[in-house]
Amino acid sequence: MADKVLMKGNEAIGEAAVLAGCRYYFGYPITPQSELPAYLARRLPEVEGVFLQAESEIAAINMVYGAASAGARVMTSSSSPGVSLKQEGISYIAGAEMPCVIVNVVRGGPGLGNISPAQSDYWQATRGGGHGDYRTLVLAPNSVQEMADMTRHAFELADRFRNPVLVLSDGILGQMMEPVLLPEPATYDINQKPWALGTTAPRKGGRNLCSTIFLDVELLEEHNWHLYQKYQVITDEFAKGSLKHMAVETHEVEDAEIVLVGYGIISRILKTVVEKCRKRGIKAGLVRPKCLWPFPSQVLADLAAKTKQFLVVEMSCGQMVEDVKLAVDGKKPVYFFGRTGGTVPSDFEILNEVDKLVRPD
Amino acid sequence: MEQVFARPKCMSKTPFHYCPGCDHGVVHRLVGECLDELEVGDKAIGVAPVGCSVFAYDYFAFDFNQAAHGRAPAVATGIKRVRPDHIVFTYQGDGDLAAIGTAEIVHAANRGEKITVIFINNAIYGMTGGQMAPTTLIGMKTATSPYGRDAQLCGHPIRVSELLATLEAPVYVTRVAVNTPANLMKAKKALKNAFRLQKEGKGFSFVEVVSICPTNWGKSPVDAHKWLAEKMLPVFPLGTYKDSTGIENS
Repeated sequence: MADKVLMKGNEAIGEAAVLAGCRYYFGYPITPQSELPAYLARRLPEVEGVFLQAESEIAAINMVYGAASAGARVMTSSSSPGVSLKQEGISYIAGAEMPCVIVNVVRGGPGLGNISPAQSDYWQATRGGGHGDYRTLVLAPNSVQEMADMTRHAFELADRFRNPVLVLSDGILGQMMEPVLLPEPATYDINQKPWALGTTAPRKGGRNLCSTIFLDVELLEEHNWHLYQKYQVITDEFAKGSLKHMAVETHEVEDAEIVLVGYGIISRILKTVVEKCRKRGIKAGLVRPKCLWPFPSQVLADLAAKTKQFLVVEMSCGQMVEDVKLAVDGKKPVYFFGRTGGTVPSDFEILNEVDKLVRPD
Repeated sequence: MEQVFARPKCMSKTPFHYCPGCDHGVVHRLVGECLDELEVGDKAIGVAPVGCSVFAYDYFAFDFNQAAHGRAPAVATGIKRVRPDHIVFTYQGDGDLAAIGTAEIVHAANRGEKITVIFINNAIYGMTGGQMAPTTLIGMKTATSPYGRDAQLCGHPIRVSELLATLEAPVYVTRVAVNTPANLMKAKKALKNAFRLQKEGKGFSFVEVVSICPTNWGKSPVDAHKWLAEKMLPVFPLGTYKDSTGIENS
């Protein structure tokens, strides 16, 4: 068995991408994701890959669009303000059904904000920050190990569904170091996709075209319903199919009277809170969405029948809480606690919130 | 009977949708002829812009990507880096290339991407209905400069060929027109040079084609070509601004 290596989260993403067969990276410098392009600038030439620092985030995502359309496994990464700039390209990539992986090491916003960790890009990531009827898969790691594993999976999911996949991380996960068992390498060939431009694979029709324009309203409607049906398949796969194991993690929820809900780095703090609650006789549990779109709504809906209340904790003013409320559908109260602007709540603060809810007097 | 004129092999049997008299059809055909003559029609990948030539891919029989407005050089960069053995080119208008896509064209040229860029400069936005372009002439009336382009308000027409020729990396930067048979023959030669340089892996090649827009200029095609010669060519002089391999003399 291979040994674990000590790596920064950003570097783990870089190495996992290489192991996934990604040989093309296009990006633009921004903190706190800088270790990722620096890692790949050194690593990709070693495997005959291409690292290219683009003139802007907009150019970078469009280089991704080009490389993906030519059949490559390709990635870009950025932090919040840079991901805002990429939204135009993401809309095109989703519309043209091109597979790629986009990493957001989220920092505080809006605007330039700061370079501290935040979760305030949840809406942008899960609703699609660009224009049009489209969805992107969103994976939310909570450890350096998962930064590697989810990046490795992201490339498989992107190819399987011909869709962009976002890895939604944050400044802590990007910067912190943990031991990692690196994933198994994939074998990948740019000529294995029959639809790619310039491919040598047997084609369905004559020439291959990568486009998002459908001037005829009926054709665009047909295309949008086609995308919608694909998104339904993805949703079903995560809810009850082959990807169920990647959707959500639950902890001590069976007898929980209060269910805490949080993703990413927050979920690790919430695990401590659950343990402290249990020691104090409070029956707390944890739901940690590992995939933010599709959202594990059914798990929360099922728990709504058993538990008394939910507390959603985020490093934002409250974004994912809306999805939890939609899932719980008014059956039980859903409360929210958040810190924002780059601050990280302590277990003590959250414990206080739990106390207020379970012992209102 | 000997056939002396036919559709280039690398072009499809689709009638052009362009307005009567538009230069796009002429330039499309020249591109097809050059790729055929260089025997790279089956190795070509085009990148279509946003603008009148958004459907350029309909007229060619090889693979195409349809890019966002101005981003074609970035998209072409991604394609060429993955498929360096293919002939990758963009086909862009003046709004696409010289306004919203200024950063992408300058940096693709500056990196010396081994692609070819064909730049149609007709001094106006065509598809959106005749708005002022970065290349619109001083005093020229458009939908968004109804009193004529005012240099105090909107600056001067941007000369992209001259600008790109200041960079180290591009190997070929030339400006041509297709307004007369003589100029058309020169334009074809320039396009063939540009594609040949890419075929030989030499570097970034750029062909600007000063063109007309009869519809949005409000002129007949004949008058539009006269106006091009009288008004546009003094501002956008034809000629080669960079030829670092000396291909024009070889």
